[in-house]
Amino acid sequence: MKQETVPRTWPGDIYQVFKRLKVAQVAYVPDAGHTQLILDCQGDPEMTAVSLTTEQEGVAMLSGAWLGGNRGALLMQSSGAGNCINMLSLAQECRFPLLMLITMRGEWGEFNPWQLAMGQSTQRVLEHSGCVVQRVDKAEEVGEVVFAAGQMAFSTNRAVAVLIGQRIVGFKDWSK
Amino acid sequence: MMAAEQNVSGTLDRRDVVGRILERRGDALVVTGLGSSCYDAGVHDHPNTFYLWGAMGAAAMMGLGLALAQPARRVVVITGDGEMLMGLGSLATIGAQKPENLAIVVIDNELYAETGMQATHTARGVDLAVMAKGAGFTLAETVRSEHDLERAIAALYETRGTVFLDVKVTSQRYPMSIRLRDGAHIKNRFRENLLGQAAFD
Ligand SMILES: Cc1ncc(C[n+]2csc(CCOP(=O)(O)OP(=O)(O)O)c2C)c(N)n1
Ligand SMILES: [Mg+2]
Repeated sequence: MKQETVPRTWPGDIYQVFKRLKVAQVAYVPDAGHTQLILDCQGDPEMTAVSLTTEQEGVAMLSGAWLGGNRGALLMQSSGAGNCINMLSLAQECRFPLLMLITMRGEWGEFNPWQLAMGQSTQRVLEHSGCVVQRVDKAEEVGEVVFAAGQMAFSTNRAVAVLIGQRIVGFKDWSK
Repeated sequence: MMAAEQNVSGTLDRRDVVGRILERRGDALVVTGLGSSCYDAGVHDHPNTFYLWGAMGAAAMMGLGLALAQPARRVVVITGDGEMLMGLGSLATIGAQKPENLAIVVIDNELYAETGMQATHTARGVDLAVMAKGAGFTLAETVRSEHDLERAIAALYETRGTVFLDVKVTSQRYPMSIRLRDGAHIKNRFRENLLGQAAFD
């Protein structure tokens, strides 16, 4: 059961921002929070949505995309940030732009204790790996924050991560 | 101290193999893995080559992103067996994605030569070409002889689809070649040559 009751519009807002930013390659390891966005990207003939075996592949893939003149975005949940650490050296050393959208677990009403380790360290791990980290905790601000992060990533050649708070994404009610 | 000659199954010479591949590059775009593959390709430096000096495991996936962005160009990844083993999942991702213009060449000395000549899994029976085949690559083979190499290089540039060549080479080590190692510079040089002024939009 999800806490959230109103229909969610923020995934559609992100998709519209991708269109504005001319994102052509979208790499992802699925997270429930990104379900709708992944479907939208898969259905868009101007985008290539690539399913990864591990998040770090996406860092390398989108660096290759940029080499070839394409903009991209990497979707993951917070546990995926840990998988990216060494690969982020590629973005840092080469100043590759990288837009990462990370749906958070392990921070708001989490029921699964295994999510806490990465959820509670995602921001610090990314910052220590050379990323600019921006959070969004209000559903109506998601589109705006992702656009701002994208503009910064692609025009300053930096890795920018947007953490989408678990309060927005929703959590399972674990009470009996 | 340089480790002694190792007993590996390959007989081809890595510098010769990479030289012959690059000689026919035409307008192909090249990504190298870190270490020896970078130095092999560096002997024939070209702005259409992106050299990885780190990010072990990145080469194949950089090739995929580049191949998707530049569908009209052939993209050739040249990397080591150790580097490929660190990114084995990439084979599955590439096999699932099926770009029409991506080739991966593993310079397989069955060793982590760069770090002291320790055996890799390919020295212990792991067959990378079979794994690539299983991932759905259009063409995947192990290359052991001069004769096979000639044919394989032609296929690498002409096959529509995904090509994987595991080229068995000797344990011979060579000195570093290229000194260009600043990542941002390698990236900017590559993009400017490929995209012109649009590289700095
Ligand atoms: C994440 C990571 N782990 C380990 C290393 C150390 N390292 C550098 S090169 C290398 C071996 C590469 O082996 P291979 O790709 O087979 O190249 P070779 O030198 O044999 O041609 C290793 C283990 C590293 N750079 N990064
Ligand atoms: Mg090796």
